[in-house]
Amino acid sequence: MENNLQQSLQKKNGKEPSKIVARGVNVYYGDKQALFNVGLEVPHRRVTALIGPSGCGKSTFLRCINRMNDVIDGCRVEGFITIDGMDIFSLDAVGLRARIGMVFQKPNPFPKSIYENVAYGVRIHSLARTKSELNAIVNNSLKRAGLAREVADRLHDPAYSLSGGQQQRLCIARAIALQPELILMDEPCSALDPIATARIENLIAELSLNYTILIVTHSMQQAARVSHRTVFFHLGRVIESGDTNKIFTKPRRKQTERYITGRIG
Amino acid sequence: MNKTLDSIDKHLKRRHRADRRYRLYGQLAIVFALLFLLMFFFSIITRALPAFWYQTASLSLELSARVLGGEAGDPLPREISERQARKLLDAALALELGPSSERAILRARRALLTPLAALELKKLLLEKRYKDQEREQGVRIGDKLLLPFALSSESGNYISSLRYSQLGSKEEEASSLPEPQRRSLSILQQRGLIEKRFNFAFFVRSDSRTATSAGIWGALVGSFWALLIAFILAFPLGLFTALHLQEFAPRNRLTYVIEVAIYNLAAVPSIVFGLLGLSIFLNWWHLPRSASLVGGLVLALMTLPTIVVASRNALASVSEGIRSAGLALGASREQVVFHHVLPRAMPGILTGTIIGMAQALGETAPLLMIGMVAFVAQAPMTPLEPATALPVQIFLWADHPDPAFSSRSAAAILVMLVFLVVMNAAAVILRRSFERRG
Amino acid sequence: MGMLTFAASVFALFALVGFVLFLRTVARSRAFTHRDAYSFPSASLLVGFIATISTAFLLLLPFLLPRASIPTILLGAHSPLVLIGVCALLGACASLGFVFYAPRSFPSRRFVGASVRVMLFLSSTLAVATTVAIVASLLFETLRFLEEVPLGDFLFGLHWSPQTALFSDDIGSSGAFGAIPVVLGTFLITLIAISVAVPIGLFAAVYLSEFAHKRTRSIVKPILEILSGIPTVVYGFFAALVLAPLISKLGDLIGLQVASESALAAGMVMGVMLIPFVSSLSDDALAAVPRDIRDASLALGATQSETVARAVLPAAFPGVLAGVLLAFSRAVGETMIVVMAAGLAAKMTFNPLAAPTTITVQIVTLLVGDQEFDSSKTLSAFALGMLLFCLTLVINASALFATRRYGSRYE
Repeated sequence: MENNLQQSLQKKNGKEPSKIVARGVNVYYGDKQALFNVGLEVPHRRVTALIGPSGCGKSTFLRCINRMNDVIDGCRVEGFITIDGMDIFSLDAVGLRARIGMVFQKPNPFPKSIYENVAYGVRIHSLARTKSELNAIVNNSLKRAGLAREVADRLHDPAYSLSGGQQQRLCIARAIALQPELILMDEPCSALDPIATARIENLIAELSLNYTILIVTHSMQQAARVSHRTVFFHLGRVIESGDTNKIFTKPRRKQTERYITGRIG
Repeated sequence: MNKTLDSIDKHLKRRHRADRRYRLYGQLAIVFALLFLLMFFFSIITRALPAFWYQTASLSLELSARVLGGEAGDPLPREISERQARKLLDAALALELGPSSERAILRARRALLTPLAALELKKLLLEKRYKDQEREQGVRIGDKLLLPFALSSESGNYISSLRYSQLGSKEEEASSLPEPQRRSLSILQQRGLIEKRFNFAFFVRSDSRTATSAGIWGALVGSFWALLIAFILAFPLGLFTALHLQEFAPRNRLTYVIEVAIYNLAAVPSIVFGLLGLSIFLNWWHLPRSASLVGGLVLALMTLPTIVVASRNALASVSEGIRSAGLALGASREQVVFHHVLPRAMPGILTGTIIGMAQALGETAPLLMIGMVAFVAQAPMTPLEPATALPVQIFLWADHPDPAFSSRSAAAILVMLVFLVVMNAAAVILRRSFERRG
Repeated sequence: MGMLTFAASVFALFALVGFVLFLRTVARSRAFTHRDAYSFPSASLLVGFIATISTAFLLLLPFLLPRASIPTILLGAHSPLVLIGVCALLGACASLGFVFYAPRSFPSRRFVGASVRVMLFLSSTLAVATTVAIVASLLFETLRFLEEVPLGDFLFGLHWSPQTALFSDDIGSSGAFGAIPVVLGTFLITLIAISVAVPIGLFAAVYLSEFAHKRTRSIVKPILEILSGIPTVVYGFFAALVLAPLISKLGDLIGLQVASESALAAGMVMGVMLIPFVSSLSDDALAAVPRDIRDASLALGATQSETVARAVLPAAFPGVLAGVLLAFSRAVGETMIVVMAAGLAAKMTFNPLAAPTTITVQIVTLLVGDQEFDSSKTLSAFALGMLLFCLTLVINASALFATRRYGSRYE
């Protein structure tokens, strides 16, 4: 109830309602608490970066969004998270994950062909009724991920024959084949060389026109390059969140400033 | 959220159902395996129980002067023949079942008891005479003794089936016993002379032609010799092989050949080891056939790969720091290995060895090939005498038409399983203490 | 030899050990070398080595040499006691000689070290020697068999009855040594076993490693291990005395003709025996699949079973296949279950309710009991053994090949 009010308030103010709203999120791994009362908002069709030193809960929060923490033994998630105003804990986890794409730190294509990797999600959800529909979806996804030209003639080669950067773009293609509106990226470039990183950052910029992207990154420079909004995490808490420019030039909190200037982290 | 992806939601129910079915199959598989285990143990235990108990008939035996000679009050004669013992038994049976002099009836009555009854009575009386020599008091001619006599297996079965029918649960099993003998047994039972006793003899006697006096002692001793020899050979050789491969061997072709050989040996069927034993140990080296020495040699070869692999793993798990520290202090490579690495790896090595020995205990096929199927009525005193082993004994008894033997086979299985449980438990405990020490 | 000799040997052993310990004390106190101070312990060890090895060598000498060349002194010793005593004495002399006549600068530590290394190396050649011995002995006897029965008749013949062959003089042409029905019987029973073991073992492994709670897993896994610890003769007992009559009775109820020693009984029990084998190898293969793959699949909105079926199992396939092949090889070589529960007559049949015989059963029947070693009956057993060895070798090699070739798909 309160949330719909918030959304209508935002609409009135001329702002588009947030894609993701999180309030009071606490996450426990067994007895250890990893996230403390985390609250933030992620706007539609923008790139939001989560920054902070390693081990401070950014990835954990990311995994809360598509309920990937549910599959971890002993992990307990408390709090309130909505996407488009719907409480994610009231939805079917499988259906939820189908609508959210995730890209991982280390490229993890399946040990199958390039075609089959992209087609995997489509097959599972029976999104294509004929072979030609499937082909169209696969080619489309590869195009949007910027991989189509490079693999046009070897769609049925094993995915492992691609380079690291290409594999990561393949994973992105695989994720967007399901037409998600939200893409979660967990340090997608940390295992890649600078050239591949640059290509993916360009891709992120293109994708942000149509998708909402939430990206966890270790590199402040990447956050500054790629995101519109930034959220700074430290030791499991949200310290500050705001427009990227403001965070990096005039941070409001002392801790943020110390992280940005390299004194901590 | 995107509402046009309703097509996803459409299939969700079906997919969750499929997911639950998949899990169910997994659970069913496990349940099947567990059920089998239960049924297995249940059937073996129920079959083994009859072997642990045997029926006796308590008969009043008169040491009559007519049969044994001498006069009432004399001590027992120095020698008693089996014939005399039989006559005493006939008289005792006649006391309960009525006098008779017809040969056929006498023979039929004797068949109620185990065929060795007369022999055992003779031994018992001679033993009593020997013991009584020490003291003044003793058994004299004319005394009446109340002694239990083991029933033959058919009589025993009949009595058990009578018990069941008395309980009202089972119908009387079609007995192979002729009618007059059944009547005699019923008479004895009504007079309360039939008793059930625990079959201690099973553990101290060796194989025999009659089920009631058959025991596993001979097989146990044979297995003991074979395992001892297997251990004496396989443990040091396996350990040394593992030490060589793990600590000293250079990475060259010869080492590769050795590793391949060990991998191969582990995969060779056990019967081929038996063929090896037959052609080399028996036919080339002319070692005595059926000897537990040969069995031990074959088992040693079979256990070798197990010990080598387990030892290698144990040695590999010793942290590298130990070796570096030792070498830095000026010890030679061999001293480091034998004085520092080996003691730390020993629990793991022993665990593997115990497990290997447990496997060797259950091996049957190769022992059949080298002839350890001998009917041994006496436990072998040295590894060179003809012997049999526990699993072979199980095999031989299982095939026997007499159900008493197959129940003894099941009983021997239980004994062997107890040994295996103990050995595996020891190995597990050893492994746990090893892991805890790190 | 009797009990007395055995006791005498044990006594001589103790005496020798005592003597060696005495010598070690002497060696240590004599300040063996100046330069190699750290050779003290090795020097005493060396003394012990020499004493024991020389004694053992002398004791084994009669077995190693052909009878003719043993010197009369040793042969003339009527009592084995004297023989053992003499050998022990000679061994002691050898070690004494070493103690008092070896040069002071003798590098005991290096010498012992080198000897130890040689000893370890020689021990490890035993495995190779055994493999060679197996192949050689099988080959030797098989070649002798093939002198009488041509290879083609053996490998492709359709009629196996070696018992009757003895009654006719013309062994070769009576065609009684055709191995095909025997091999067929082996494969029939093996197939039944595999069709029991693989579904159950694989599903159990999948459930335990992907779906079950840690607690369930820690309880069920050891219980499955129990199945693998049961000796095959016990399984054979169960198959022959419990399952086979049960199946027979069931068959009678339904109206089918079931042999009292059906392939079905033997095959099913063999299958159960193989369940933990398949299960643990599949478990290893599944555990080797990296976590990323499961994460990727789940993040795409797949259910857990879809993840397992479409992503994890295909990735683990080489390992699972290797496990199945190894189980196959064990089933082919299995003896006791089939000896106790399967039949003796070699028929050409695919009927699981019949009672075919297997390679291992034939080997046992031909060799257990009195035999003259030269008859082609017993030689045929060795030929079967060679066939069995080659079969298992091929299957194991293909299992290894499967893991090597397809295993490194995801690195």
